[in-house]
Amino acid sequence: MLELKDLKASIGEKSIIKGLNLHIKSGEVHAIMGPNGSGKSTLANVLSGKNGYEISGSLKFEGQNLNEIPIDERAKKGIFLAFQYPIEIPGVNTSNFLKTSLNTIRKSKGEKNLDTIALLKLIKEKASELNINEKFLSRQLNVGFSGGEKKKNEILQMKLLEPKLAILDETDSGLDIDALRIVADGVNSYKSKKNSFLIITHYQRLLDYIKPDFVHVLSDGKIVKTGNSNLAQELEKTGYKNFN
Amino acid sequence: MSDKIIDTNKEYKYGFTTDIESFKAPKGLTEDTIKFISKEKKEPKWLLDWRLKAYKRLKSLKEPNWQKPKYPKIDYQDLYYYSAPKSVKDKPNSLDEVDPKLLETYKKLGIPLDEQKRLSGVAVDAVFDSVSVATTFKGELTKKGIIFCSISEAIQKHPDLVKKYLGSVIPLTDHYFATLNSAVFTDGSFVYIPPNVRCPMELSTYFRINASQTGQFERTLIIADKGSYVSYLEGCTAPMRDENQLHAANVELVALDDAEIKYSTVQNWYPGDEEGKGGIYNFVTKRGACRGKNSKISWTQVETGSAITWKYPSCILQGDNSVGEFYSIAITNNHQKADTGTKMIHLGKNTKSKIISKGISAGKADNTYRGLVDINKKATNSRNYTQCDSLLMGNKCGAHTVPYIKNKNSSSIIEHEATTSKINEEQLFYCNQRGLDQEEAISLIVNGFCKEVLQQLPMEFAVEAQKLVSISLEGSVG
Repeated sequence: MLELKDLKASIGEKSIIKGLNLHIKSGEVHAIMGPNGSGKSTLANVLSGKNGYEISGSLKFEGQNLNEIPIDERAKKGIFLAFQYPIEIPGVNTSNFLKTSLNTIRKSKGEKNLDTIALLKLIKEKASELNINEKFLSRQLNVGFSGGEKKKNEILQMKLLEPKLAILDETDSGLDIDALRIVADGVNSYKSKKNSFLIITHYQRLLDYIKPDFVHVLSDGKIVKTGNSNLAQELEKTGYKNFN
Repeated sequence: MSDKIIDTNKEYKYGFTTDIESFKAPKGLTEDTIKFISKEKKEPKWLLDWRLKAYKRLKSLKEPNWQKPKYPKIDYQDLYYYSAPKSVKDKPNSLDEVDPKLLETYKKLGIPLDEQKRLSGVAVDAVFDSVSVATTFKGELTKKGIIFCSISEAIQKHPDLVKKYLGSVIPLTDHYFATLNSAVFTDGSFVYIPPNVRCPMELSTYFRINASQTGQFERTLIIADKGSYVSYLEGCTAPMRDENQLHAANVELVALDDAEIKYSTVQNWYPGDEEGKGGIYNFVTKRGACRGKNSKISWTQVETGSAITWKYPSCILQGDNSVGEFYSIAITNNHQKADTGTKMIHLGKNTKSKIISKGISAGKADNTYRGLVDINKKATNSRNYTQCDSLLMGNKCGAHTVPYIKNKNSSSIIEHEATTSKINEEQLFYCNQRGLDQEEAISLIVNGFCKEVLQQLPMEFAVEAQKLVSISLEGSVG
């Protein structure tokens, strides 16, 4: 599904990702762990097509080179990023945003446009699975949301948009245990043979709830070690110092 | 982000010219021109005298120059002050007699005037250059005693009302452009709502400039008698031309005891091209008097067009407990400039005013909010709340906030909040990541920014206004 070969990314003179290789197949869950500044969030941004990076190397999604493809087109192809810091958009009603986004993505998949009633029904259904209060849908997008609410809103969007590849950028940070469990349940319920996950995290604790097939250690812009879920537990004990 | 530069004018859908024979006053601002206009409109002597008094006063006034946007000197002797389609010279009695070319023009503008296709729930007065060409739904309104017609017609048919209120809010001697308007005004709308009548539909005037080298001097007068209510909306467009054209309007509103006037503007005059060539100078005086107790005047404006917009729709809160509101969206792109805001003059006790201003600046444009809140000594227990938000797109545009605040008693409270922000790359990224393209994302963010104001518009126009907000900014982030 996703294949990165010798991927490099820099901002101006500063190189951040320095030759990264990664292959994610359908149905796989990959975790990327690493210390601050190792390039984890940059990787998430680069995969989703954020502007401002110089990119080289090969970045292929379902066999297609992504390099020249803009952010919204990648989203339409099925790449979803759950943001580490979801953005506040004042004056924009949350359910309106969800409706707009959902119909845009549905249209690109050739699915029929849903009317407002059908959309709302779908949104409410998914929201209740995540223990999200309906009132929250009529608030302004992410404005005044608690950390947990913001993250749940990201997972809600993931479940609605049904991406092929979901990138979770430190979705666990700032969550209490209950919220963490709800978010993890949300991910697990969406997981299938047809879609894949790239989970970016500092800590092992999310991986107690979402079992990864592969764990990669990212250090200084490169993957320095790959293992199974045991690697995460090992890291929790020893820290990243061995990889610096 | 894409580097494409979009020609915003390709989106100015209203830039066409109607090829129609027109009948004009000789060029130039003279006593003869004024007499010509007055004669054409078969005006009574008192009105001609009134105009000439204004003209005399005008000669002693200087054009103001304290505003932020500067403009080349206007040669007032090189303008036409009156231009009417020849076919309207003998005012048609019904729509069947209106020149098909004019009907076609309004149809193209999305304002169908013919009986079958009229906007339901909206009565329209259509003003073409210097004359009103048609007013719809007159019959139904008349049944309720509501007068909705062109000001020219009102001068003929309701002279007492016109004489009583014309110039009572904007005096003859007010300032340069207002006085110019009083001397040479041509047409506009007249509304009178009798006591305790709630106007059952939106009243609306559509202003169209067509003739070149012609100034448009609109005059509108709205009177809401005791206990009445009216919602009024004006829209404006003009052809694309290299020259700058002047639109200097005077709009007067009078609300008596317990009456309410809601006045909305969707201004989409031709803004000039991307180099700043051409476009309308929109120099307008709008003022409402809350003359009676518990009266209310609410201004809502969406200003997206014009090369220069220079206007301060104001409220004089004379009656005790009266309320003034001003909701504004001013969007400037390319080389457009806006210096706009409001004046809230608190005279009566317990008067309240609210100002919500959203300025959006893109390209090389400049956007100024300028406002006055003046709470007088006798206006005890009065309140004002002001919120001015500016949004900048790109690095070459400007936003300015110039509030003047005067409070002359100790029991009143004034609050002022102001923010300036840049359109946020992170917000765009977020929207793009959810599948929205650049234009859709900008439209969503900007409409969110403007929401408090857009909500104030009558429903029939809110959707149009939202689209206009998006179109005005297309290609502005590059």
